[in-house]
Amino acid sequence: MGRLFAIEIIYRGIFQKTLGKHISRSIVLAAHKEDKLGISFGRYGDSPERNGIPAKNFAIVATDEQTLEEGMAKYEPKEVDITIAVDDTLCKGVESWAWYGLQPVNRLLKSGGTLIVTSREQPEALIEMAHRKEYPYKLAIVKGTPSFSGLWVYKDDHTDVRILGAIARILPELFSLESVQKAIMDEWHDELKATSAGKSYERTTSLTVQPNQGNPEEPYRFDFPKWHEMGEGIAIPSIPAGHGFEDPTTHAVGGFRPDRNPTFKKFSTRTMRPVVNFDTCIKCTLCWLQCPDSCFDVTPDGLYDANMQACCGCGVCEAVCPVKDCVTMVNETEFRDNASQWEMWRKDKEGYKTWLEEKIKSHPERSHGFRYRGQYEEQVPEMLEIAREG
Amino acid sequence: MAPVATAVEEERKIDETALITGSEAIAVACKLADVDVITAYPIRPYDTVMQYVAKLVANGEMDCEYIVAEGEHSQFEIVKHASACGARVFCGSSGVGWMYAMEALTVTPALRIPMVVMVGNRALDDPGAFGVEHNDALAVRDLGWQLVWVDNAQEALDTALIAYRVAEDRRIFLPCAISCDGAFLTHSQALVKIPSQEKVNEFLPRYNRADLLLHPDNPITVAPQANEDWVMEIRRQNYAAMERTFGVIKEAYADFERILGRSYGNPFFEEYQTDDADVVLMGMGTLSTPVKVAIRQMRKQGKKVGFVRMRWFRPFAAEDLAKSLGRFSAVGVIDRDYSFGSPYLGGVLAGEVRHALYPSPGKRPPVLGFICGLGGREVTVPDVERMTDSVYKAAEGKVQPLTQWIGLRE
Repeated sequence: MGRLFAIEIIYRGIFQKTLGKHISRSIVLAAHKEDKLGISFGRYGDSPERNGIPAKNFAIVATDEQTLEEGMAKYEPKEVDITIAVDDTLCKGVESWAWYGLQPVNRLLKSGGTLIVTSREQPEALIEMAHRKEYPYKLAIVKGTPSFSGLWVYKDDHTDVRILGAIARILPELFSLESVQKAIMDEWHDELKATSAGKSYERTTSLTVQPNQGNPEEPYRFDFPKWHEMGEGIAIPSIPAGHGFEDPTTHAVGGFRPDRNPTFKKFSTRTMRPVVNFDTCIKCTLCWLQCPDSCFDVTPDGLYDANMQACCGCGVCEAVCPVKDCVTMVNETEFRDNASQWEMWRKDKEGYKTWLEEKIKSHPERSHGFRYRGQYEEQVPEMLEIAREG
Repeated sequence: MAPVATAVEEERKIDETALITGSEAIAVACKLADVDVITAYPIRPYDTVMQYVAKLVANGEMDCEYIVAEGEHSQFEIVKHASACGARVFCGSSGVGWMYAMEALTVTPALRIPMVVMVGNRALDDPGAFGVEHNDALAVRDLGWQLVWVDNAQEALDTALIAYRVAEDRRIFLPCAISCDGAFLTHSQALVKIPSQEKVNEFLPRYNRADLLLHPDNPITVAPQANEDWVMEIRRQNYAAMERTFGVIKEAYADFERILGRSYGNPFFEEYQTDDADVVLMGMGTLSTPVKVAIRQMRKQGKKVGFVRMRWFRPFAAEDLAKSLGRFSAVGVIDRDYSFGSPYLGGVLAGEVRHALYPSPGKRPPVLGFICGLGGREVTVPDVERMTDSVYKAAEGKVQPLTQWIGLRE
């Protein structure tokens, strides 16, 4: 048996599908420069053509054909040397379309393996978001805004090659920087991209995350029923309509909260969430009407509270809200829980106001891919600047 | 007044006799079963059923939703949905019309829809031909459809009633296609005993969709998208339902005999003069007539030939059949279908019979395959005699092609 390397790339459906494919392909091509063999594939059941849904690509590399075959005998590797998350909000966990439950971002990492994240956050923030692991692992950050594009358009901001440079630094047994740069030149014929990989290689450092660091929550799990326990005729019970609920201060019961899918919480399917200013809301109902996921609970006092079990973070509510700064989309890295904003507001309006202002202070750019022609021409220079200067 | 009422009541329990085609017999069964929703789209030879249903509806003899769709795909989709909502449904087609509905045909057993249909067997295009071949109905043989072949109008009527009883049994909930040979059965009239409504009502309970009823009072989601974590379990459920059909079919035939007074013996296949037979022929559908006539003639010459006519092709009563065939020194299977490139290049039934025999602990006679009567060509008495000669040679161990074309200009 030779040596087997396994690397997973966790990305957001549609927005990062091309990016994920570039990275996993290039890993195999760079390793092949050193006569290693490999395969690159996406987890088919993830259905990566769904907006923002976490999905995975894998690169399996081996020093010889037989070892590669050993690695290929299982479709998805049970453990990996490196996990790459190309969006930092994925550190909260992976709820792919296929998986029924919340998979910690670092679930497949071997002891001493490395989690590479593209982010502008500090390591402490990312460690706090990721679930705790029973053994130590390493964290490396490739500095940059998570690269989001569309299904048919690709934002060439060098995220892919910078990740490759970081891998060469972290796992030199897999491939050298020289092999990475050769593979980049073969694939893209672009000196600047090879240089970006080199800069990333030079800058990459990692720190060790200990078992006592991270999110201590037990991730939601789901057990599959046996065939004779399942209902027949491909029919499943509908989710009940819903009910009113209690105001935490007046204890009045009213409003309407639709019942929701008990097994798919969508806690990690979004990159942003709406923050609502209940003091300026005019109860026009537009957010509630237009939300494609029926995520708004109607509160007993007639306001609209985005329920984080159901919100996919699409931003339609922000787009249709007629009141300035009443609904604001805020990046998921700003939050550590999924609690009700309305309840927070009911209990402490002044405190909520402070919290809200803090959250919407740095109104970040919407991250949902391609929206207008010329967008990437505007965005790419900033990313290249980060790539060059760090 | 009371005695008169009793007399009328008694009279209503007596079967009437009518001169009707196989297609009309199926339509009469629909009327007796009080089918709720029927969809139609014309294609020969199935269209004879829709014409007769239309007549029954127009004459006020039958009360149902009768919808002429814009094509076979919609035709089958409409009844699929109606059945999910609790309606007893009927549908049907022929040849390429059946194939045009294929996508709807695949989802029907998966969703456990007890649709009963008539396939007026017809050659698949091209060439455009009206005559019988069995490849249309056989195209769904792996998908969870119950498939049954009948050879006369009486059997068509009776089997349609039995099909509703079996398909709509909560243990089964699988669709059933009744195959009727184009022209020979769909377009020829025979004297048929029509059972009284009272007897049919006693035999056939109302369709109860129960827990799977698609209705606002029973909110369910039907046919959600599923990934690799679910599909195998779903298939296993259909396997179990098909496995249960053996028992439920037997029950239904026993009740049919008890209530309607006609016995079909072994429901799965009919045996003709097999008790003392040296060799047997096998086949499905109306070729039984020339085969039986030829057998009677050959027996006069001292040849002890029998015939086994498969009724139920799905489920396929393999163990019973293997046990029965083990009694003979050779078997000749007449296929009114083809399966190009299949093992030994034989027809579909020949392959199934060999498959049924292989694991049999008993004797395994040699099986010859005959492709005969394609595209509505007549299977003649001399054809049957020729085939029998070959089967005898096989019984004597003479080497010959395992698949032979009979009735071909050559």
